[in-house]
Amino acid sequence: MTSSTKVEEYITDSLLRQDRMPHIWCPGCGIGPAVGCFIRAIESSGLDQDKIALISGIGCTGRVAGYVKLDSFHTTHGRALPFAMGLGLGNPELNVVVFSGDGDLIAIGGNHLIHTARRNVDMTVICLNNFNYGMTGGQMGPTTPLNARSNTSPYGNIEYPFNVPYLVAASGATYVARWTMLHARQLEWSIAEALTKPGFSFIEVLGPCPTLYGRMNKMARGMDSLNYYKENSVVRNGADPKDVDLTSDGPIVVGKFVDIERPTFWEQCQLVIDRAQAKKD
Amino acid sequence: MSENGALCGTYFLNGDEPCAEGAMSAGCRFFAGYPITPATEVAERMSERLPHVGGIYVQMEDEIASMNAILGASWAGMKSMTSTSGPGFSLMMENLGLGVMLETPCVVVNIQRAGPSTGLPTLTAQGDMMQARWGSHGSYEIIALVPSSPQEIFDLTIEAFNLSERYRVPVLVMSDEAVGHMSEKVVIPEIAPENLVTRPRPNDGREGYLPFKANDDLIPPMAIAGEGYRFHVTGLTHDERGYPVMTAEAQDKLVRRLVDKIRVHRNDIIKYEEIGVEDAEVIVCAYGISARIARLAVQQAREESVRVGLLRLITVWPFAEDRIRELAQQVKAFVVPEINYGQIVLEVERCAAGKARTLLVEHMGGSVHNPQTILDAIKKVAK
Repeated sequence: MTSSTKVEEYITDSLLRQDRMPHIWCPGCGIGPAVGCFIRAIESSGLDQDKIALISGIGCTGRVAGYVKLDSFHTTHGRALPFAMGLGLGNPELNVVVFSGDGDLIAIGGNHLIHTARRNVDMTVICLNNFNYGMTGGQMGPTTPLNARSNTSPYGNIEYPFNVPYLVAASGATYVARWTMLHARQLEWSIAEALTKPGFSFIEVLGPCPTLYGRMNKMARGMDSLNYYKENSVVRNGADPKDVDLTSDGPIVVGKFVDIERPTFWEQCQLVIDRAQAKKD
Repeated sequence: MSENGALCGTYFLNGDEPCAEGAMSAGCRFFAGYPITPATEVAERMSERLPHVGGIYVQMEDEIASMNAILGASWAGMKSMTSTSGPGFSLMMENLGLGVMLETPCVVVNIQRAGPSTGLPTLTAQGDMMQARWGSHGSYEIIALVPSSPQEIFDLTIEAFNLSERYRVPVLVMSDEAVGHMSEKVVIPEIAPENLVTRPRPNDGREGYLPFKANDDLIPPMAIAGEGYRFHVTGLTHDERGYPVMTAEAQDKLVRRLVDKIRVHRNDIIKYEEIGVEDAEVIVCAYGISARIARLAVQQAREESVRVGLLRLITVWPFAEDRIRELAQQVKAFVVPEINYGQIVLEVERCAAGKARTLLVEHMGGSVHNPQTILDAIKKVAK
């Protein structure tokens, strides 16, 4: 049998916009591998890909929407979540995914994050956390570890970062997980699980930024961060999110922390329609 | 009730309420907003009435989120709206620009109050007219309509949806507190489906669909999410594929079309009302609540044999430039009363181009003009 299948063809190819390659990400960046996990998760979930919409904000991770061959929206800085909410409420058949960075989702978009989680809006949020603003050249943000250096914390960061899983869990997210991009299998499974779970699912993915954050914090090669993840990560499924703070000398606690049921925002909206129409009749 | 559940009949309503009813009559089924005086009644009316027509009201965390949510809903195929006033309008500006760039139909209502900043939350002004035109960064054209009565806010909200679907641009309804909080008779007719516009849709196959390839009228047909087009859209400067292109050439091509798609259709978009302009030597050019006050001044001046007419702008953006240029050949002067310290008067002066004098009758906000001040201005320039 002759086959035209090229050995270079990967499972991810059909969902990548090949006409946009090469991408802008640096060698050693964690975003690409996380996108690979996302695409494999879509494939393995068996979901109708025409019904998946991908929304990103601004930043290095914000470029994900531009590379994945789905209905995809590259919006403004921090605003992917309310845009995605409107999209999902406008057509409940859509499976809405937000893929964006820590600066975009946690800093400028922080208000939307807590409120979208609180409402339990049906969507999956993948937050690539590389501890800094990459696109603008490596500045500190609300996820930058204490004392870490960046281009706007040249004397060491004096601010305490958010414990992101704790924040979103406290806000009302019904699915919360954290993995590093080294945990490729777990991340893929986790994304697939989140994609098929109703309500607000949030996955934090730690990924290296060797060009900026790494270079300024003694992890100048991508491998340095991966070794750091490998040596310090501990899987603790079901861990209390308040105990998963990232500290400079503590472990990187990864795993699925929250997986609960609560009515989704769409269901609550239908409740309003039912109540209003019952009152009318 | 009409077939689609929208209200029909004759009502006594304050201006904010028929705005909401107009939206629902136009087919709006998604509203995202944040309470703000004096626009709150639009949101309240929507929260009460939208579920009756199967629509969704969401009270957002802020106006930034409101603007984004209506853009998202529009890309799911919904007709969507938000309403606000000055401070919220300021917060919406960045993502109004996203709406322009993504060519997203939606309606933004601004029930203007006096600023700057928190200003006079409960009192009227027309101080956001230039913000409506230029508030978001970059070069663009927008459509803004200005109602003068509760009845007209109903009519123009429908018109706003139609224009926004037709031209794929956010449309602004620039009302003000006086109209928004004025109670009057409002006749709500059944709106026939043929009087409602829906956005141009692609009819070619999904393969090779170019989301920003415009038709001859400069408007690109719009796919919506979930139909299998697998399109990409971005706030970055982009080509017909929707892909980012960081060059001066791509910028020229895109921005030129975004602007021209409104400019070339301006004669189909622009509406105004003229009273007694045929023999006029003086034209009062006014809009919104100020046009109602101006009408009284014009009547009185006519009784005193001053040849004065009223040009009431219904569409403020794009500006009725051609008409003002024409009138400038005929009249001695334009009198422009507005509740700000001179905004639309600058446009009138630009179009008059020295052919006719232009006189502003300013008002800093908090109330409407005393018609006498407009009458005095008319007499002053008529001499």
